[in-house]
Amino acid sequence: MIEFTLNGKTQRVDVDPDMPLLWLLRDELKLTGTKFGCGVASCGACTVHIDGEATRSCQALVGDLDGAAVTTIEAIDSPAAQAIQAAWVELQVPQCGYCQSGQIMSASALLTETPRPTDDDIDAAMEGNLCRCATYARIRKAIHRAAEIMEA
Amino acid sequence: MLHYLNSKLPAPQPTRRTFLKLSAGAVGGLLIGTVVPHRSVAQSASMGDGIATPFVHITPDNRVVVISKHLDKGQGAATGLATLVAEELDAAVEQVEAEHAPSNPEVYANLLFGVQGTGGSTAMANSFDQYRQAGATARAMLVNAAAAEWGVPAGEISVANGVVSGGGNSASFGELAAKAAMQEPPAEVTLKSPDQWVYIGNHFPRVELAQKTRGSVGLFGMDAQPDNCLIAVTARSPRFGATLASMDAADALAIDGVEAVLQIPQGVAVLAANTWTAMQGREALALEWEDGSGETRGTDEILADFRALIDEPGLPSNPRGDAAAKLAEAAQVIEAEYVFPYLAHAPMEPLDMTVLYDGQSATFWGGSQIQTIDHGTAAGVLGLEFPQVAINTRWGGGSFGRRATPDAHLTAETAMIGKAWLDAGNAARPIKLVYAREDDIKGGYYRPMALHRVRAGLDADGNISGWEHRIVSQSIFTGTGFESFVVHNGVDHSTVEGIDDTTYAIPDLHVDVHHPQVGVPTLWWRSVGHTHTAYVMETMMDELAQAAGRDPVEFRLAYLGDDARLAGVLRLAAEKAGPTGPEGTHRGVAVHKSFNSYVAEVADVRIRDDGTLKVEKVTCGVDCGVPINPDNIVAQIEGGIGYGLSAVLREEITMTGGEVDQENYPDYEPLRITDMPEVEVHIVASTEAPTGIGEPGTPPIGPAVANAVFAATGQRLRDLPLTKHGLV
Ligand code: FES
Ligand code: FES
Repeated sequence: MIEFTLNGKTQRVDVDPDMPLLWLLRDELKLTGTKFGCGVASCGACTVHIDGEATRSCQALVGDLDGAAVTTIEAIDSPAAQAIQAAWVELQVPQCGYCQSGQIMSASALLTETPRPTDDDIDAAMEGNLCRCATYARIRKAIHRAAEIMEA
Repeated sequence: MLHYLNSKLPAPQPTRRTFLKLSAGAVGGLLIGTVVPHRSVAQSASMGDGIATPFVHITPDNRVVVISKHLDKGQGAATGLATLVAEELDAAVEQVEAEHAPSNPEVYANLLFGVQGTGGSTAMANSFDQYRQAGATARAMLVNAAAAEWGVPAGEISVANGVVSGGGNSASFGELAAKAAMQEPPAEVTLKSPDQWVYIGNHFPRVELAQKTRGSVGLFGMDAQPDNCLIAVTARSPRFGATLASMDAADALAIDGVEAVLQIPQGVAVLAANTWTAMQGREALALEWEDGSGETRGTDEILADFRALIDEPGLPSNPRGDAAAKLAEAAQVIEAEYVFPYLAHAPMEPLDMTVLYDGQSATFWGGSQIQTIDHGTAAGVLGLEFPQVAINTRWGGGSFGRRATPDAHLTAETAMIGKAWLDAGNAARPIKLVYAREDDIKGGYYRPMALHRVRAGLDADGNISGWEHRIVSQSIFTGTGFESFVVHNGVDHSTVEGIDDTTYAIPDLHVDVHHPQVGVPTLWWRSVGHTHTAYVMETMMDELAQAAGRDPVEFRLAYLGDDARLAGVLRLAAEKAGPTGPEGTHRGVAVHKSFNSYVAEVADVRIRDDGTLKVEKVTCGVDCGVPINPDNIVAQIEGGIGYGLSAVLREEITMTGGEVDQENYPDYEPLRITDMPEVEVHIVASTEAPTGIGEPGTPPIGPAVANAVFAATGQRLRDLPLTKHGLV
């Protein structure tokens, strides 16, 4: 039995400790907001926050989660996350949207750490998140816009 | 892709008779359209007693639900259709939603294909009248209901921003919906004139956007989870076309949670309670594949076989004039050979399809792009009649062509797994077939490899004097149900499009083609043949301009006298880009027509100190007819450029001994945020009929970048990707 906090609530699970968190979330707990893109830490579609840090859930094993706090796209509500979501709508960022859970999780973690990110900060934080629809120009603008929203 | 079918099939026309047949109370409301089986017309959840037509529902709780017959896989089709309905309905932006239509070709056919399907950037072109009429019809019913209710002549009732008013009364659509549903739909409606448009040509925000910032819950096929659903992954042969020789599944079946191992024609499916266990089960299989069957060549050998053909005359394709004679008398001849690799689509959502099959009927969930083919194939595989199968189209997590398969291979495989599960004596359960990224990258259905050889002449005055162009590439369409529309006299038009039909005034042009047999499945990939033909045409035009000592824009314009729209976007992009790009950059230009839209791109490229390149800025001129939703046009051009640039920079599928060398994003790496240029889009304010926008942004970016690299380094780039040249 492994116990951790998921989206603010205590979660106890009894699964193979080697199962990646991604599949626990999606298949066992039916939280499908976190997406599967590659399974090898190359696309970022599966990004969640573990103890506040943007983390690839395809690489985080359930057995290592004891005592951790996991937040998924379904439950983010920090000021940074809200600003990111608002900017994403304002600038009409998503196309297919499949990568966007991961983009938003990475971007909101960045903004929490660095409220006024530079383009280099954005590159460093977002380089691991692929978008096959190439919404990158809007992602960059929307992160800057979210920083403004947060300041206001 | 399927734009090749344009105007070749008669469009199904709803008749007045069938229109009226259903004009009263068919589904607790009102149905406008052709006669269709009840279950095949879209019905929104909690629709209540509102207006329910095949294309738009208006609910008592004041929602306008637009039924999208087109798969929205990110290109914005659903919002485009919603814009058309909302325009004529005078709906408020906030009340408009969209959902996908059920599979029913009688009602939801793409009017340019004759079957239900999305592709070839045709969504707006074929729906422009149909969805505006649906909106206008529903509006008239609301107005007539209000007239009856208030005792006010219909002519004195107005509708604006979701509110119906007249004679001192006003009501929301929702308040009138039930009564409007009882109204006879008008036989004819008058559509707005362009000067009356509120939304078309302005801005209509994407209807599903907020959902897509909150996890897209419930949208994608990959997230379909009917109760009790099993996950299936399939082990497929490492070589295309090879067959299974032997299997030992004992270790897989010993894994806790693995429910079944099923042999199907496509390979061996492992079914488990969750994806991770299914993948582990697959790894534990011991499989042997028939040696010698399937494609055994590597891409180097295939290319060598292509090269052996390039000296032989091929099948001619619309030759004009006498290219050989003109080349013989040319003052100089430029000869060049180009190599383009296989490319994978690699949409972010890997392929998936879910089925529930109980022996009598089957329901599918997934991002079906040609529903009618998926539907018919499923029925065929399962031995069911068409009405016994339902396809629930989910939003697609990208496609770029990959979800539009003329052989419906994904649906067929899913159906076979459903059948094998039932045949093994199990009770019916939903089963979701999941492709891992490795299955996607290794799975074929690639943009075909292509070898081009061009000989182009210039006369003493620097004018083009003869152009010979030979292409060796697999045919995409041969063997598909679309073959007769696209393959003529042995030439697959998708191999030569953009060359043999170029509007450059080149009077002596000889194009010919070889279509060798290769055992690698190929498929249309965002902009299809234009992915390589535009590259060759536009780098060659650049090379000729340079050899003639002429400005590349001016040189092209001199040959575009017959094509005002192509010349127009080229001038627009060149003017907006200004005389020079950002400091330290070099410039390349390309212009190309595809899917009846015209796009010019000016790329400003920096060569860094380490010799690698960064595309800093791309300035575009776009003419796609009436710009229905300009922000979505901008988004599609941005995306089209990113997709095309991604391929040019790094993408390449190679094979060794018939086995694909790449397997996942680390070795098939798409564009990342650090590679993305700034994109500036200028749209021509056209009143022509709307044309495609999902694909036309892709073809010009490769040649524009290549021409900029030439301007910077003097190096001509004739084989892709650019990783081969130390530029990435
Ligand atoms: S699925 Fe985890 S990084 Fe791609
Ligand atoms: S929006 Fe489609 S992959 Fe990013």
